[in-house]
Amino acid sequence: MAHTAPVQDWATDFDVLDPRYVSDPFSIWDDLRARCPIAHTDRRKSSWLPTRYDDVTAIAHDIAHFSSLKVAVIPGDEDEDPNADFDGPNLEYGLPPISSDPPLHTWTRRLLLPWFSHKRVDSYVPLTRELCRGLLDRFADKGSADAAADYAQQIPVRVIARILGVSEELSDTFTGWVRDVLEFADDPERRQRGAEGLLNYFLGQLEESRRHPGDDLLSELLTTEVDGKPVDDGIVLGMAALVLIAGVDTTWSAIGSSLWHLAAHPEDRKRLAAEPELMPTAVEEFLRAYAPVTMARVVTEDIEYEGCPMKAGDKVLMNFPAANRDPEAFEQPDVVQLDRAHNRHVAFGSGIHRCAGSNLARMELEVALQEWLARIPEFALGEGQEITWAGGQVRGPRILPVVFP
Amino acid sequence: MKIRVDPEKCQGHARCYGLAPEIFDVDDYGQASVIMDDVPPELQEKARLAVANCPEYAIEIVAD
Repeated sequence: MAHTAPVQDWATDFDVLDPRYVSDPFSIWDDLRARCPIAHTDRRKSSWLPTRYDDVTAIAHDIAHFSSLKVAVIPGDEDEDPNADFDGPNLEYGLPPISSDPPLHTWTRRLLLPWFSHKRVDSYVPLTRELCRGLLDRFADKGSADAAADYAQQIPVRVIARILGVSEELSDTFTGWVRDVLEFADDPERRQRGAEGLLNYFLGQLEESRRHPGDDLLSELLTTEVDGKPVDDGIVLGMAALVLIAGVDTTWSAIGSSLWHLAAHPEDRKRLAAEPELMPTAVEEFLRAYAPVTMARVVTEDIEYEGCPMKAGDKVLMNFPAANRDPEAFEQPDVVQLDRAHNRHVAFGSGIHRCAGSNLARMELEVALQEWLARIPEFALGEGQEITWAGGQVRGPRILPVVFP
Repeated sequence: MKIRVDPEKCQGHARCYGLAPEIFDVDDYGQASVIMDDVPPELQEKARLAVANCPEYAIEIVAD
């Protein structure tokens, strides 16, 4: 971790891994939005950080100037060479469709979308509910739990494993790899270890699914044809790794942040437990206020955007979480309103890269909160117990001690 | 009331379907569409909510 000096000026030298940004990015965004509003840093790599809703959505829609070929918020070796140290199929396309532009983006995305349509997601509700209940059985009568590690972290990885057709038994291993890649991205060894673990695992699974195809996503990717040809192994591998990486840390963080909010705000917790019909708007409001995901874009050619001299190769951090707190776009953005009626949030992004798994994430968040509140309607933060947050690409609580009667 | 979804703008957030499944459907690829010619009075508030919650500004009321 090369750049750990505390930030002196957020407008010219921001650092999304600075502990102050990880614990309270909200006041930093407010400050930048009022006086900047697009910050810059040369830490790690020349990067820009928009904070206004209109800027974030405009950049997301301008795919000609802002490419998705490099989406990691913390730049790494794979920004330079996606095949570095990997002995397998060519990964020059990264993790399509998220790390691609049209036309590759268009057809790979169409292969994934039906697996996450609202109809398909409805069919995953019973297994998600059963999973949540099984987790709650383990600690509901114990009086305390780590709501992040014992609950939130356990849910999305198992649902996504089922969809992909990989072993749920390996859930903890998958979680470890995904955390290495996303949460510890600033540690080259861990990042490398996670990437190698994921890719080598899926390389083996490709052969396994070829020999024993099932009715899962990986098997379908291996047998589908596009323009009369099978999909290149490197692309299948990238897509499978993407579904796991994108489907684990993100939703787990959203569930954890929502439980943190309810534990820290008894009036909201009581209201949601008493008025379960508020759940749909509450879920959107948690997604708005605690949007977990920041993605990156890479500038394709020198361009001046809103007075910022962006150079080809610079990164732009798609600050969807800050857009969701913009007072120009939301009334009282820092107040969580469980019944907020007008909520055009962009927690799942904006434009052609809208999160392909948004229906799944929304369902998992809703079911996880419903089941928790049904079993443990009264809970609070554990007094004096430390909460830890992860930040950078994905923000959410990693240790969240709560107590209940 | 008549409303429409602009297929060029719609990116499949499915907020309209979540708020008003009586008025909208979303296909397997995320494309939303309006499934009624005329929105009856009792659903018009829901239609307005869908307009106000679409992150892509893809829904418009074409006749009120």
